[in-house]
Amino acid sequence: MDFHDTPEEAAFRAELRSWLSEHWAGRPIEGGRGDFDALRRWGGELYDAGYVGLTWPSEYGGRALPPTYQAIYLEEMSRANAPGHPGVIGLNMAGPTIIAWGTDEQKQRYLKPLLDGTEIWCQGFSEPGSGSDLAAGRTSAVLDGDHWVVNGQKVWSSYAHKADFCILVVRTDPSVPKHAGLSYLIADMHAPGVTVRPLHQITGDPEFNEIFFDDVRVPRSSILGAPGDGWKVAMTTLLHERGTLGFALSAELERMVNQLINLVKEPGPDGRRPADDPVIRDAVAREWIEMQSLRFTNYRSLTTLLETGIPGPEGSGVKLAWSEANQRLTSLAQSVFGLHAQVTGAEAPWNGFWQYWQLRSRGNTIEAGTSEILRNIIAERVLGLPKGR
Amino acid sequence: MDFAFSEEQSELRGFARSFLASRYDDVSLASFADSGGDPSVWANLASMGWLDAELTFLDQAVLFEETGYRPLPAPFFSTVALAVPALDSSTAKGVASGSLKATLAWAEPGRPQSLLDPVGTSVSEGRLSGTKVLVPDGASADLFVVVAESGLYAVDAGDAVVTPRETLDGTRRVADVDFSAAPARALATGEEARALLGRIRDRAYAALALEGVGVAQRALDLLVAYAKEREQFGRPIGVYQAVSHKASNVYVRLQEARSLAYWAAWCVSEDDEMARQACLAAKAFAGETAVFACEEAIQGHGGIGFTWEHVLHRYYKRAQWLAAFDGPARNQRAEVAAFLLD
Repeated sequence: MDFHDTPEEAAFRAELRSWLSEHWAGRPIEGGRGDFDALRRWGGELYDAGYVGLTWPSEYGGRALPPTYQAIYLEEMSRANAPGHPGVIGLNMAGPTIIAWGTDEQKQRYLKPLLDGTEIWCQGFSEPGSGSDLAAGRTSAVLDGDHWVVNGQKVWSSYAHKADFCILVVRTDPSVPKHAGLSYLIADMHAPGVTVRPLHQITGDPEFNEIFFDDVRVPRSSILGAPGDGWKVAMTTLLHERGTLGFALSAELERMVNQLINLVKEPGPDGRRPADDPVIRDAVAREWIEMQSLRFTNYRSLTTLLETGIPGPEGSGVKLAWSEANQRLTSLAQSVFGLHAQVTGAEAPWNGFWQYWQLRSRGNTIEAGTSEILRNIIAERVLGLPKGR
Repeated sequence: MDFAFSEEQSELRGFARSFLASRYDDVSLASFADSGGDPSVWANLASMGWLDAELTFLDQAVLFEETGYRPLPAPFFSTVALAVPALDSSTAKGVASGSLKATLAWAEPGRPQSLLDPVGTSVSEGRLSGTKVLVPDGASADLFVVVAESGLYAVDAGDAVVTPRETLDGTRRVADVDFSAAPARALATGEEARALLGRIRDRAYAALALEGVGVAQRALDLLVAYAKEREQFGRPIGVYQAVSHKASNVYVRLQEARSLAYWAAWCVSEDDEMARQACLAAKAFAGETAVFACEEAIQGHGGIGFTWEHVLHRYYKRAQWLAAFDGPARNQRAEVAAFLLD
């Protein structure tokens, strides 16, 4: 057991920290309403400096570093209050799936622009009638000559309004059992027949979208795996999402805890410092402890990954615990403003930061696997309890 | 960052788990708890090397966790975590050989009773006088490490008047101890004593956090086993989400507690600069988690989990003991808050 960085890790951390202080320090924190083009340029800066695709194989533009470096990257980005690369769906879902299942041609075509932020990806998995039950999807693709003709509707698709490509799960064979009839396509979001309609979240922001496919023609070769492999390919995508998610979440929670500490040390609207209230002090300490516990749980799971090649089961609850911690933390922050927490616009406390993140946090227990589904997964796959379905 | 225990430590864990499981099944554990302990196990602990001064805190960490998984009805925590760090090396050798059990006496009646609170017990011309309460395993100790105004002192049990107290957790009872001009040997004085007491507290917090992890793990194992085997409405109750989600919640909190407890253990063993915060965090979180795990397991068992015959209440009472040690979790969080906010 050794919790110190290795000399190589320490050097990487120091180099990144100094790069960030030169390239990011001092830029303002924002609500959720970042300027996307600025973010894209930031993604390009990160790529040019060598901080994108750290764990990817070098032949695909990565640095082939162990996952520990990705953890350090995420921690330092949070500590510097720097936003991440905007191509999260591409980097965490589409890219690893293309590496695992793609042809050489596909890897050549898609990976580099995905890393440097010039092409943005979105995900077409959920449908109005199939959320947690992914395999029940009904969006269809029928072969017509050299093209799949896609018809249907996807929903809850983040970044679709900015995206160039979509990883799309479609039903290509309705005659077989539901898991066996799926295929996994790469759809061009600029193709005729693709309509994106923003869905406004409870924050008021259109962070995610509905996507409508009306006779959209996708080249026959734009498929990952064979027709009928869609379920297996999609599991690669989701496994990778969960595998790298933990550190992003604990780093994000660290950032929020630090902001919470800044908040409660300032005088509130009534002139009193929330940090002088023992109830607030207890709650702040609780969330700091929670953040440390998630951080170290990620490292424990990573140790298992490095030893065995498989992430440890201990990490399976991190998203569940993080989502609830983030909800408690942001509600606590809003509570210190009293009724001032309601005031929006130019007079909004903290420029609306806590309003946005408190409302946004309600999605945390729904997105990327609802807490109910995650509890089922832990019960069945980790604890070995009998399946309820 | 490497979170893995060494191969030797993993072997020690396996050995400890099978030794404890063979000596303390749920029936014998109950009878030792009711009778106030298992005095004859002490010689075994010595011969297995569990009391050796050479063990690192990470070695001991494995043992603390396992003696929570099967609550050891012997003064292992009191001797190893509370007393030994204050002892000189020849006295510590006596502990290692199995001839000496020791504990720490700090709390006094009618005044604040945290480990670092000021005390009234005084020493004059090598004689110590004062009244101590809530001394862990006080009735079985051969030697007391006593917190006095001017420092830490060693007093033989033969020179004290010990009054055992009945306790909820029968495996770890407390006693009141009166000292009246008892011959006392100084172990540390002044600032040195204060720093030593701080390190003892860190160590005790980490040890109890690890025990709490063991307790919570056993409670979860019992809950999961019962949910698989117990049938109602023709199906094992584990298919019902009202039950399975309880188990998942316990699992998640337990993993968090374990991560904090190992972090704290490592910080203690390395004398890391984050040791104080890590130990506060681990004790607060793991203490509450142990209690939570037992409560969920009792609920998940239905009526049988609420009976005296079932082993769960033994774990529950150990969980309550360790969560209450040196004040509830909110006290530790108040100290964490001071680091963060002041």
